Amino acid sequence: MAAWPNPTQVMGKPATRLDGPAKVTGSAKYSYDVQPDGWLFGMILCSKWPAATITKIDLTKAQGMPGVKAAVLAGGEQRTVRFYGQELAAVAATTKQQCLDAIRAIEITATPLPFVVKEDDAMKPDAPLVADGPNVSDPSVKAEGQVDAAMAAAAAVCEGELRTPVQLHHALETHGSTVSYKDNHLTAWTSTQGVFSVRDAFAGAMQMPQSNIEVICDYMGGGFGAKFGAGVHGGLAAKLSQAAGAPVKVMLTRLQEGLSAGNRPSSIQKIKFGADKDGKLVAATVENHGSPGISGSRKTAGGGGGANIATPYLYHFPNINVQQYGVLMNTGPASAFRAPGHPPASFGTESMMDELAVKLGMDPLQFRLLNDDNPVRQREYKEGAERFGWATKYQKPGSSPGPVKTGVGCAGGGWGGGGKGSEAEAQINPDGTVEVRCGTQDLGTGSRTLVAIVAAEAFGLKPEQIKVKIGDTNLPFSGGSGGSSTSASVSPAIWDACQNALAALQQQTGVPDARGANWFDTCKKLGINPLSARGKWQEGLSGSGAGGVNFAEVEVDTETGFIRIKKIVAVHDCGLIVNPLTTRSQINGGVLCGIGYALYEERIMDRQTGVLLNTSFDSYKIANIADCPDIDVILIDLPERGVIGIGEPAVIPPAGAIANAVANAIGVRIHSLPITPAKVLAALGKVPNMPSV
Amino acid sequence: MKPKTPASASALDRRSFLKGIGTSAVAVASVQVGAMADEINKAAPAPALQGPGAVPVSLTINGEKKDFQLEPRVTLLDALRYFSPLTGTKEVCDRATCGACSVLIDGKLTYSCMKLAIDAQGHEITTIEGLAKDGQLTPVQQAFIDCDALMCGFCTPGMVLATTALLAENPKPTVDDVKRACSGNLCRCGTYPHILNAALKASGQAVTETVTVIHHGSVA
Ligand code: FES
Ligand code: FES
Repeated sequence: MAAWPNPTQVMGKPATRLDGPAKVTGSAKYSYDVQPDGWLFGMILCSKWPAATITKIDLTKAQGMPGVKAAVLAGGEQRTVRFYGQELAAVAATTKQQCLDAIRAIEITATPLPFVVKEDDAMKPDAPLVADGPNVSDPSVKAEGQVDAAMAAAAAVCEGELRTPVQLHHALETHGSTVSYKDNHLTAWTSTQGVFSVRDAFAGAMQMPQSNIEVICDYMGGGFGAKFGAGVHGGLAAKLSQAAGAPVKVMLTRLQEGLSAGNRPSSIQKIKFGADKDGKLVAATVENHGSPGISGSRKTAGGGGGANIATPYLYHFPNINVQQYGVLMNTGPASAFRAPGHPPASFGTESMMDELAVKLGMDPLQFRLLNDDNPVRQREYKEGAERFGWATKYQKPGSSPGPVKTGVGCAGGGWGGGGKGSEAEAQINPDGTVEVRCGTQDLGTGSRTLVAIVAAEAFGLKPEQIKVKIGDTNLPFSGGSGGSSTSASVSPAIWDACQNALAALQQQTGVPDARGANWFDTCKKLGINPLSARGKWQEGLSGSGAGGVNFAEVEVDTETGFIRIKKIVAVHDCGLIVNPLTTRSQINGGVLCGIGYALYEERIMDRQTGVLLNTSFDSYKIANIADCPDIDVILIDLPERGVIGIGEPAVIPPAGAIANAVANAIGVRIHSLPITPAKVLAALGKVPNMPSV
Repeated sequence: MKPKTPASASALDRRSFLKGIGTSAVAVASVQVGAMADEINKAAPAPALQGPGAVPVSLTINGEKKDFQLEPRVTLLDALRYFSPLTGTKEVCDRATCGACSVLIDGKLTYSCMKLAIDAQGHEITTIEGLAKDGQLTPVQQAFIDCDALMCGFCTPGMVLATTALLAENPKPTVDDVKRACSGNLCRCGTYPHILNAALKASGQAVTETVTVIHHGSVA
């Protein structure tokens, strides 16, 4: 079995990003920036109806508009649309402004149909049917032990209905591609987490051989789980390119990004937990209804479209009954979103854990330590509690004096983070320069730099001496960047390729150790031919299974309902840490996305019209720099476990920890996310509950 | 760069202020009409109605004068990205909610999606491409790299410009100053703690590390 060197020289040391200069000077070219010769603007017309029968889509006028080179349909001319924002047609023209004019000139004949865009409405027996079957699916059930008897015998029981909203990904670069189709060959610059899965999707959509397609993603502006396929928009860009005989760029607008590009499903979790008098969990019943929009009837690439969540989370209940229902609505399809199913589960479970601890008269941290049998999280809780000052900061709920109340809370998470299957190639040139190639992609995680670090470790060089080529299907295969699998999948492949190249170099030149100081002299001995070697993922260099815990301290103004997060301590493990600098960024980023989920983010659909109400960042709020608390990141280095991914674990615990801190501050629990000032004031009885729109 | 000059022709300058009262007050106060019209014309002669077709537009971008034929409805953002083309300036929302499209106009931070290209004439426009001179990164750019204040990098041009504009006015900002100055720019990857560090570092101030690596065996 392969093994990492011990100690490592380059891995584990902070390294700035290879692509930092390109990003700070604006020279990095994203899919959205690529402008091949003769390129055209493409734009999509979306349904303005949440449900309708379309009988005619007339493109004639649009086709005759100035600058318009092509107009195509997204589906048939006669069809049923099922959500506001469903793609109907697309145009390509020389300028954006001409596209806007042409889109307006498309004439559509449609008969609106009844629709439903709220979970509670969709679950009613007389609700309009979203698809052919019933709106509420049959449950998936997990049942073990004797729940009723165990619950009846429990010393303490608590019960609640916890709700989480639909969260939108809103990566700053929207979904989209620039596509050039010519003579049955296709080149696509796509903003994607998986160049190979996009290639395969284009092959399917265009009925073309995979070998005639190249997908490139040199830089991309964030994905968070929603960017694995070519998408309807990619297919339209390809069709427009074919029809116009020119490259076409179709990037979604910010509005479209909120409608059709994926989202995290909502949840309504009816939870009941029971514990014995010593504080050991004995029974759980959970009934969850979550909505992936129309996903039940339209598969999304990359998976994760289902609304099942992991509640009850982390803890072992000997007696358990869980029922999960998917609820169809006339809203855009869900897709994977950073740790699918986990953040809502952590929020629901950890909220009820704190309630139960209060009932038992126990410190919530001690209650967790008693019931969480994961050894890494045990360590993380202890380390984090000390850093955070839990022992002195934790007070009984509602005991903080004055109008601005302070509270603390904690919560945990767990994730796989393993990966395999990547391949790579390392080329050593006679002048000592090195190029490493791998068909992975860098979403902003730092994977480009990770490739260089691993190669530098192998050759005894510095990361900036390695030239890295990623983000292209012409490179050795690597899978999609999802499930926090990239680091664990790519690092071993790079290491293996470099080891094979190094062995060949030493054999060809007769130098027993070519690394470090000997490097350039040895490479010179290659003569005129560069040397290259392939490698692939090997057992023993990566692992899986990462835990994480957060401690949160908040201040709640009971007169305004305003919540300020003062501090987050985030403790995580990810095996062998390849680059602490970018790992810290990943964790901060997860915490900030979790803060948005806890306090600000919620997709709001209008019950009356079925349209999205919060269409941009003025009304769909994500955390900004002023909301950013002091985040203290603690990494537990466990090199013997190999490389493990960290992107997803980081986003899981914040909402639960923050919700618990708010409840601890004000002495009342808010059962739904986001925890807005209006909900705080309503929970304190100062204003009536706000009706939902 | 002239940091303190007003940003644009559509900011509340003398001419637009006078024009503003011109439409309502002038109609009733007829005695004033002549004097008011004189004042308006003295402030600056109003251009003739332009468009809807393309009109000549001349912009000074990163010190270089460039001539375009643009429909008057074309924003400065689109003029930069699609007619120049300088793609470092990003479009994220196209409606003044994110700051990704930020540029400096006469040194002042401005959302280029909210400004028509024709209104940017006669001003110095600096985009992200115009900061580094002869490949030499500015201290702000270097600090962004050193502090890892960029992840996917899509918000980065706007963030770098927001920080640059801040330091031009306030060479030793506090953490709160940075928070205020950069709160009109959104980052979905979550680089904010590092942007705070980068702004402090670029202004020569100490940066507190907020990461601890606990090596094997050091936790019971
Ligand atoms: S694109 Fe201009 S503010 Fe968002
Ligand atoms: S670095 Fe990705 S949006 Fe800021």
